[in-house]
Amino acid sequence: MNTAPRTTAPSLELRHVTAGYGPRSALRDVSLTCRGGAITAVIGPSGCGKSTLLRCVNRLHELTPRASVTGSVRVGAQDVYAPETDTIALRRGIGMLFQVPTPFPTMSVYDNVASGIRAAGNAPRGSALADRVERSLRRAGLWSEVVDRLDGSAVALSGGQQQRLCLARALAVEPHVLLLDEPTASLDPLGTQRIEELLYELRGEVTIVIVTHNMQQAARISDDTVFLLDGALIEAAPTRRMFTAPSDQRTEAYVTGRFG
Amino acid sequence: MARVARATIASASRVFYRVMERPEAVAASSKIALSEREPAARARRLARRRTHGRVMISLTWIAGTVAILPLVAIVLYLMVGGASAFSPSFFTNVPAPAGARGGGMANAIVGTMLLVGIGAGIGVPIGIGAGLFAAERRGTRRATIVAFVADVLSGLPSIVLGVFVWELVVRPSGRFSALAGGIALGLLIIPLVTRATEEMVKLVPSALNEAAVALGFSKWRSASTVVLRTAMPGIVTASLVAISRAAGETAPLLFTAFGNAYWSVSLVRPIAALPLQIFAYAQSPYDDWRAQAWAGALVLLVMIAAMSLLARSVLRARLALVRGSRIERPSTIDAERGV
Repeated sequence: MNTAPRTTAPSLELRHVTAGYGPRSALRDVSLTCRGGAITAVIGPSGCGKSTLLRCVNRLHELTPRASVTGSVRVGAQDVYAPETDTIALRRGIGMLFQVPTPFPTMSVYDNVASGIRAAGNAPRGSALADRVERSLRRAGLWSEVVDRLDGSAVALSGGQQQRLCLARALAVEPHVLLLDEPTASLDPLGTQRIEELLYELRGEVTIVIVTHNMQQAARISDDTVFLLDGALIEAAPTRRMFTAPSDQRTEAYVTGRFG
Repeated sequence: MARVARATIASASRVFYRVMERPEAVAASSKIALSEREPAARARRLARRRTHGRVMISLTWIAGTVAILPLVAIVLYLMVGGASAFSPSFFTNVPAPAGARGGGMANAIVGTMLLVGIGAGIGVPIGIGAGLFAAERRGTRRATIVAFVADVLSGLPSIVLGVFVWELVVRPSGRFSALAGGIALGLLIIPLVTRATEEMVKLVPSALNEAAVALGFSKWRSASTVVLRTAMPGIVTASLVAISRAAGETAPLLFTAFGNAYWSVSLVRPIAALPLQIFAYAQSPYDDWRAQAWAGALVLLVMIAAMSLLARSVLRARLALVRGSRIERPSTIDAERGV
């Protein structure tokens, strides 16, 4: 699990990223590389800046009023914070899942998955679009469960199904990076297992960064693990080493459950 | 605070488990629990709670009845007062000269529809746009100004709107007109819809907007296809309330639409409106005109109620459908469905 799979997915590079909300800083001088095609888990106690780290990658952070960010972020060769960066095109290449599933409540299951494709402009129509929707739903392992309710409301699905619908919606625009902000926090063990299996299948095709509170989850699915504490990066290492022989005492204390 | 709450819950659950394990022991150690052991005391407490429940339910029933009583009374009053004026000709004829029989309010009914249509056509889109702006840009200076101005405008006496539109439209054009009346009603509707839209849009979880933006939606696309549509049921209801209020307004029309005793649907001429006609007839010395005023008021009421019901049913039907995809379904999906 330590060697990342061969891949064309881009790596993520954060250099001296400092971010905050107004006077409060959430990330302090974080430098980090996430290998392309690998699964990187971000762990740390609540409020340590894990979500902010993700949100700096697709520039969702700047939607928050008074948010600030300095430093540089690269997705593959692309400089995320370069002035000429088209944020819409950038975000199209980066899928995101949130703690709570976010299906669009006024849209059907089908339209939820199609919405991202349609938003991308010169979208396929008719059966070409339907094919892509089907393919995305199959990749998210949801197809057989929703095939007879594609026109039904998306919010009528169970929580786990909603989260996989959001995954299908994100995959439909064929992103090369997936940012997951505690995607299984609101799911039961079975739903969690489904998501983890899917992520493992996507490994190699897509660069995945997953924020999690669940140490077992990090240990189970990730290639590398990053430990944040109070907005600072304490340790970043291959997952196996992180959980067996951490080099920092605070990491050891955290992964063994002595605080956090 | 939270710590106190947690401690309370913890101690409460400790007591609970103690009761579960050894009820007699806990009962002996506590006064309340002691009385619980007596069947008679238990029955008394139960009876008291039942009575309490019944009294509370009766009170809510009374409050509900009192709330709808005025409406029922008004409708009855209008029916009794206007009964003598109701006839087919009331809906087909224009007002008759004083003394002549058989006049109606056809022109006022159509006039009100036209005025309210113009007002809604101006007020609802602008109101929704302004409300969306105020909510999506909340915290910025401009959004604060929009919300504040809408607040002030919605508190403005409606006669002021009439005078304003008179100065703005009627005086330069040299004539009262349906258009001027519609604009006055539109100005009345704008702030009401703005405030309501802002509130409804703020209720939409920001996570939905973030999800859309993270998916590569532009701000505009997210606002219009995700946020606004999620808020739509509330916005439609609020718009209806605003339109209903406009339909019943007299003051903004006095110097703008002016009223018209003859048939006219021209936008650039004075036009009749139910509230104006009611205003004129209700204070007239003729019994049949006063009866017509009552009848006109009832028609106005029914029009507003009908519009409200219609819009609600349309909205419910649309929500139930959840806007099915507009593309034709390819055969592969149908085939899989059949399996």
